[in-house]
Amino acid sequence: MKFTLSWLKDYLKTDANLEKICETLTMIGLEVEDIQDLSQILAPITVAHVVEVTQHPNADRLKVCQVKTKDGTREIVCGAPNARAGMKAAFAPEGTYIPGLDMTLKKAKIRGVESSGMLCSAKELQVGEDQDGILDLPEDAKVGTPVAGVLGANDPVIEINLTPNRPDCTGVYGIARDLAAAGLGVLQSVKPKSNEKGKPCSIKVKLPHKKACSQFAGRLIKNVKNGPSPDWLQARLKAIGLRPISALVDITNYINFAFGRPLHVYDVKKLKGDIVVTLSKGGEKLDALNDKTYTLQPGMTVITDDSGVIGLGGIVGGESTSVDETTTDVFVECAYFDPIMTATTGRKLDVITDSRYRFERGVDPESIIPGLLHATDMIVKLCGTDKTESSQMVYEGKPVAWQKKIPFDPTKVKNLGGIELKPTAIKKILKDLGFEVTGTDKKLTVVPPSWRPDIDGAADLVEEVLRIHGFDKIQPVSLPSVANIASPLTPLQKRAAFARRDLATRGLLETVTWSFLGKDFARLFGGGEENLTLQNPISTELNQMRPSILPNLILAAQRNADRGYPDAALFEIGPVFNADEEQTLIAGLRFGNAHPRHWAGEERTVDTYDAKADMQAVLSACGAPASAQLTTDAPDYFHPGRSGVLRLGKNILAYFGDLHPAVLQEMDIDQACVGFEVFIENIPFPKQDVIARPSLKLHTLQPLTRDFAFVVDKTVRADEMIRTARQVDKSLIQEAHIFDVYEGQHVEEGKKSIALTVTLQPEDATLTDAQIEEISQRIIAAIQKATGGELRS
Amino acid sequence: MRGMADLDTLKSELLDEVNRAKSLDVLEDVRVKALGKKGRMTGLMKELSSLAPEERKQRGQELNQIKQEVVIKLEERQRELNRKALDDKLVNETLDVSLSIRPESQGTIHPISQVTEEIIAIFARMGFAVAEGPQVEDDYHNFTALNIPEEHPARQMHDTFYMPDRKDGTKMVLRTQTSNVQIRTMKAQKPPIKIIAPGRVYRSDSDQTHTPMFHQVEGLVIDEATHFGHLRGCIYDFCREFFNAPNLKMRFRPSYFPFTEPSAEVDIGCRRNKGELVIGEGDDWMEILGCGMVNPRVLENCGLDPEKYQGFAFGMGIDRLAMLKYGIPDLRTFFDSDLRWLKHYGFLPIDMPGGLTR
Repeated sequence: MKFTLSWLKDYLKTDANLEKICETLTMIGLEVEDIQDLSQILAPITVAHVVEVTQHPNADRLKVCQVKTKDGTREIVCGAPNARAGMKAAFAPEGTYIPGLDMTLKKAKIRGVESSGMLCSAKELQVGEDQDGILDLPEDAKVGTPVAGVLGANDPVIEINLTPNRPDCTGVYGIARDLAAAGLGVLQSVKPKSNEKGKPCSIKVKLPHKKACSQFAGRLIKNVKNGPSPDWLQARLKAIGLRPISALVDITNYINFAFGRPLHVYDVKKLKGDIVVTLSKGGEKLDALNDKTYTLQPGMTVITDDSGVIGLGGIVGGESTSVDETTTDVFVECAYFDPIMTATTGRKLDVITDSRYRFERGVDPESIIPGLLHATDMIVKLCGTDKTESSQMVYEGKPVAWQKKIPFDPTKVKNLGGIELKPTAIKKILKDLGFEVTGTDKKLTVVPPSWRPDIDGAADLVEEVLRIHGFDKIQPVSLPSVANIASPLTPLQKRAAFARRDLATRGLLETVTWSFLGKDFARLFGGGEENLTLQNPISTELNQMRPSILPNLILAAQRNADRGYPDAALFEIGPVFNADEEQTLIAGLRFGNAHPRHWAGEERTVDTYDAKADMQAVLSACGAPASAQLTTDAPDYFHPGRSGVLRLGKNILAYFGDLHPAVLQEMDIDQACVGFEVFIENIPFPKQDVIARPSLKLHTLQPLTRDFAFVVDKTVRADEMIRTARQVDKSLIQEAHIFDVYEGQHVEEGKKSIALTVTLQPEDATLTDAQIEEISQRIIAAIQKATGGELRS
Repeated sequence: MRGMADLDTLKSELLDEVNRAKSLDVLEDVRVKALGKKGRMTGLMKELSSLAPEERKQRGQELNQIKQEVVIKLEERQRELNRKALDDKLVNETLDVSLSIRPESQGTIHPISQVTEEIIAIFARMGFAVAEGPQVEDDYHNFTALNIPEEHPARQMHDTFYMPDRKDGTKMVLRTQTSNVQIRTMKAQKPPIKIIAPGRVYRSDSDQTHTPMFHQVEGLVIDEATHFGHLRGCIYDFCREFFNAPNLKMRFRPSYFPFTEPSAEVDIGCRRNKGELVIGEGDDWMEILGCGMVNPRVLENCGLDPEKYQGFAFGMGIDRLAMLKYGIPDLRTFFDSDLRWLKHYGFLPIDMPGGLTR
């Protein structure tokens, strides 16, 4: 919402300056977004007299002007084709800020001739669009006076960011009312001079759909002359960004912005029969005043006459009945259109107008008659002739019910608002805003004015009082600080937090990627369900909720590779979406080389065991039980032979492994790529938090180790051998692990050699050689039995 | 019998030989010649038995003393020579210590996570717990229950991503705000309620300063007495601690949100200095959050009696707070996974929020 300072001052008698007014606007909830004070910006730019114009010695297109300015005669180089001796022009000396160029003028030599200052175009001064020539100021303009005044640009323009709940402030008058209530001046009454009397109106109005249009008033004004509107009116409209059209149209726009009261004018000669406000059947076409043609859908509010649709109610009028310079008889419409229906139609047809803006917020239902009278006043004054006469008003319908009685206990201001105000102060604020207040100081009854449909209950009244009194006068009260903080995080949130720092410690970079991706990639990772497809995506690359974090990490790694950084270790903690379920996962990816080329070791690409290590670290940080089983049935976006699943029965805790080469090929990835996914929500929580540690048992006797090597089938799993070895004597055998795996020469095809070392921990007495031999034999026998392998000699 | 003078000579000869030994081998020779089976000292010891008891005792003591001194000297010399041999060896064992260490990689925490944890730490001290809610949300929890009816102009303020309707006709959206967690929390638990809800939110907007996904944190306090002054206090305390600026300039401006009444937007003071933003001082204002007292309609929608319960809610952009606090210029870069960016703006795992951040 834009308006000018002088416009505001038509309705608000105030001594406050622009700064104070703007500060107050913001602090009562009418946030000032922009102030355009051209008189200040253009202050150094003054009227100058071009005395002589000669050709530039070194440039065909340039001229050298002798210019009489307030600082004496200056020589200025100018490229404008319209520069001529005798004209008055806008002169900017060096050091002036030129708003249209967003630069400060410096002294310059142009093709060898020094130019002391500049003659400006309308665009350079932001007073118009013309940039082909310099401003040609009126001949009577006095040298040295500021151009802003000469151009009528000395009225600051204020733009407020109006919240959708305040239809009353879509008019300057409503803004003045709020400022007056806030103590910034006195609201001036604006009673129209016209009355409703006249000869009967020859045009009849019918409202068959009271919901769509609950009130319609109109009047015929005959024998008017529709020329350009006066300068002051044009200046105000231009200042707020509207294009002056003709006096009749400008008057409707003016009243729209002055009072938030949309109007429409019809050329009576072009109307055919009576006006009926009804609903469209669908398929009708309207050539609208904004030079667009709309095809209507069923159920839209339309103004019709015998010719068909002549306007979209509350949104835009039609070309067929529009006023023009030949118009002599005009029919003025002032109506109330339903906010929701107006909004729906406007959105469906994608038409944004100042009228729609107001109707969809809800115009004052009591403004029909005054609005029409204001219009009569202005039309008679600006377009009137000796023969002008206004008809009686036609009036159909009645105002929508707007009266609400709100019981209001003034102590609510303290209890909800946190500030104690006397009932008299509360009442004054409400009355200044136009609320009707009755009842005792303990129990008030408040009726909001017709222009405040947003006021719903006591809380709204508290807000009115607080914002006018000032939010900043409310004493801040700290919330009590909590002494013993129970963790603010749920156990699941804690898991994510621990895993995050653990992975970063392991050298992975945490990233955050979109929750969506392209549907094709989603399908590669088991997703792509219809119910998780965005209906209005930003792009097809972001049209599906992700079934896995991995594809986004893979694409991210590839983007880095494309930038010249091929080795990536990334992880993300975030949601994935499947069917009707969303859950938080931790996923990580290693890409390219695990170790770069380095003097101390071989370069190595990432491999399956890197992913397994990351996954185990996360599981451990999340407190997953060590008893989880490893299976090799990972989803098919993993390499079938180089991937695994950690699970507790059916409950899947994690996947890890190499990404499937076919998936990588689909994604156009050419680097080694391994990853993991941990389902942190699936990891069982301990039944209760055990804080104390189990006691530590330290053996006094030294442990000893024995090594064994077996030749087994390639399919035999390492974890099976270790489990078998340990089970031989769980108390004596403390640990077993594989220290060598070999396939190739000297080992039969289809077989592999596995060497494991077993740590024996004697408890009470050192083991004798015979005891050691005995346990060794049992280990060998057990493994041979379990794996069918042979001890390697 | 040789007298004292002989012994003095012997001693100085032996010690001198020890000192002159230039290698461990020579030193061993010296030791054998002095103390070995056929050594000079050994020889003299053997002669003792031929002496008279009185004399034997006297001479024995003198010999022992010399022997001890020689032994000490031998050990001393041996250590010296050992050390010298080691030194000589080490001269040839130097490394180029300027070579780089074996590769190690340093991971980082994303600024969004870090700032989320910072926010949680501050609100935890005020007694807030962390709540969560779904991101694919139904129309009711994202809009209607928050007093944003269909066709309300406020719905147009959100550029909503729409999802296909559920089979039962329920309209689904990607949540445009974390406020859905408010509704779900109030429906699930009785007051007093004190939660914050950080998380991802979505708007169909993508340009210089907007991304289709970003992060918000929602706050909600419901009890029987919390008023606007508490809201102001809570927000003041949070902002001052978060920005580490005890004198942070702030202001509350009246605003409008359908789910709060009264509603406010909060600005913090700032100053722009040659493109660089200085927080907390200066004559400019920057909006950082929206807040207000929970609208009675919203309480009603959640089955709470608005005559009995009241409280406040607030919502702010986590990414934006991170940008302001840590001087990160471009929102879009948060989601680009550029390794250089992650390393530069990311936090080390040892940067623990809650007072332990560097």
